[in-house]
Amino acid sequence: MTTRTAAPERLRPVRRTRTTNTRRRESLTALGMATPAVVLLIVFLVVPVALAFALAFTDARLISPTPARFVGLRNFTRLFEDPVFYKSLRNTAYFAAVVVPLQAGLALVLALLVNAKVRGVNFFRTVYFLPVVTSMVVVSLLWTFLYRKDGLVNHVISTLTLGHFQGPDWLGDPATAMPAIILMSVWQGVGFHMIIWLAGLQTIPAELYEAAEIDGATPWHRFCHVTWPGLRATRTFVLVTITIAAFSLFTQIRVMTQGGPLDSTTTVVYQAVRTGYDQQQTAYAAAISLIFFVLVLTVSLVQRFLTREKD
Amino acid sequence: MTSLLKRLSGHAGRVVLALVFALPLLFMLVSSFKPDDQIFGDLGSLRAFLPVGTLSLDNYTDMFERVPAARFLLNSVLISSVTVVLGIIVNSLAAFALSRMRWPGRKLVLTVIIATLIVPFETFALPLVWWVNQLPLLRVNGFHLAWTTGWMDTYQVQVLPFVANAFSIFFFHQFFQSIPKELDEAAIMDGAGWFTIYRRIVMPLSGPAVATVAILTFLPAWNSYLWPLMVVQSEELRPVMVGISYFFQLNVGWGQIMAYSSMITVPILALFVAFQRSFVNSIASTGVKG
Repeated sequence: MTTRTAAPERLRPVRRTRTTNTRRRESLTALGMATPAVVLLIVFLVVPVALAFALAFTDARLISPTPARFVGLRNFTRLFEDPVFYKSLRNTAYFAAVVVPLQAGLALVLALLVNAKVRGVNFFRTVYFLPVVTSMVVVSLLWTFLYRKDGLVNHVISTLTLGHFQGPDWLGDPATAMPAIILMSVWQGVGFHMIIWLAGLQTIPAELYEAAEIDGATPWHRFCHVTWPGLRATRTFVLVTITIAAFSLFTQIRVMTQGGPLDSTTTVVYQAVRTGYDQQQTAYAAAISLIFFVLVLTVSLVQRFLTREKD
Repeated sequence: MTSLLKRLSGHAGRVVLALVFALPLLFMLVSSFKPDDQIFGDLGSLRAFLPVGTLSLDNYTDMFERVPAARFLLNSVLISSVTVVLGIIVNSLAAFALSRMRWPGRKLVLTVIIATLIVPFETFALPLVWWVNQLPLLRVNGFHLAWTTGWMDTYQVQVLPFVANAFSIFFFHQFFQSIPKELDEAAIMDGAGWFTIYRRIVMPLSGPAVATVAILTFLPAWNSYLWPLMVVQSEELRPVMVGISYFFQLNVGWGQIMAYSSMITVPILALFVAFQRSFVNSIASTGVKG
């Protein structure tokens, strides 16, 4: 009896020091493994985000012999007196307000079309996805050509209407420039969200559809009562990603219109790049970035709140 | 009868949509082989999408003569592939430490990393430009090394900011958690260290995750435009997407622009079609988890 209880007592402290050592070594190795990623994220993400806040209150320029000085709210007062800034905000909101429902809805229609168990469905998925793989720069260039007054789009319109309707100079007219960019952006991005919807559709159990069919539900009823509620998590994801992408509208503008005609397509990010990079006014651009950051954060938080699980 | 009709109309819808998505890209490729006057001449008919008339590689050869396209291509291949390789190593190591090892603070680190996912690059791109311009740099200056500041106009400024990626870490983390932890214990009994477990057990089992992260790192690196536009001035350091702006300064014909666009797009599209199934599936699965 005594030897039995004595043995573990003698062993316990020995075993504990061994595990503490192993634990400490495990912690150190883990830290070593995580360090490169953590350091890179701090240097190239955390610091610049913090700088967006700090630089916005200074007069920093990209290349300047004098160090940056604190100037208080001067950048913001200048920004709120800038008529182009309000146009940028309005155009960005306009783009997002049309693109989010249009792209999300069309992507869902595509997903329903390629979710059917018919032959060649993989082929269609691939084709719908091709523009996503194509870079936005190439897409913008290509559509700049297609949107010309004498371009392919107007030829197609003219053919389909048997010559009764002549299309405008899409990108040269302030009334049609933004709609043209919206259409092209949806064309490029819709395939990506089709795949996300498709993944959501495939998580809905088939038994639910069978049960609905037995109850005599019409396809529309099945969509409303089985498909739509089953896509709740996917819906939030799709809405948030499209919204953030829509707010970040830049490449299309830079390549296709440079904000014109008459500032009808200038956006917040485009204006930030133009002042911050082209005109080297880093601090002013940081102020725009900061407002953009707050805007994106607010909208995605509101969206998350509105689409939250209501239990 | 009605179900057959419905199926046919569904198929017609799919075909029409497929044309809408494919024809502009087909137009780009076909036009790259045509002289400019024929591109415009064909616009009014279906010939616009068909490889008919005078076809030649002239646009391609002219393009290579007018701009250093080969150099742009080489730069993009270099930048994208180094970003992909470093990204896989750095992010998988971090994810390994976060998902399979026990150390104080790992939950907090993971939470902070996932939280950074909602910050779009565009919101801090400009402060980042200012910031990389302040960073120290060791430059080869003739026959000696010199410390200077400012990473503008280098290869590293096009690679390093995109190596660590919160999404890749998150994705590896999810995948590593599905690999049984008993494997680690068995390996430790056999005297293996953690790095050996990472290199010999976990990574060889993570092929699909590595492929997904590789694709999702390569595509944005290859397609990136905003960042190189701001940090690269020298012609010899430009990637393909910024190289395009060359054409507008030179005011060349559309045939050459279509040739350049096809050259930087078609290989990527071909790769995508080849790996289409696993690619689409991987995006689909990450979408649900995200």
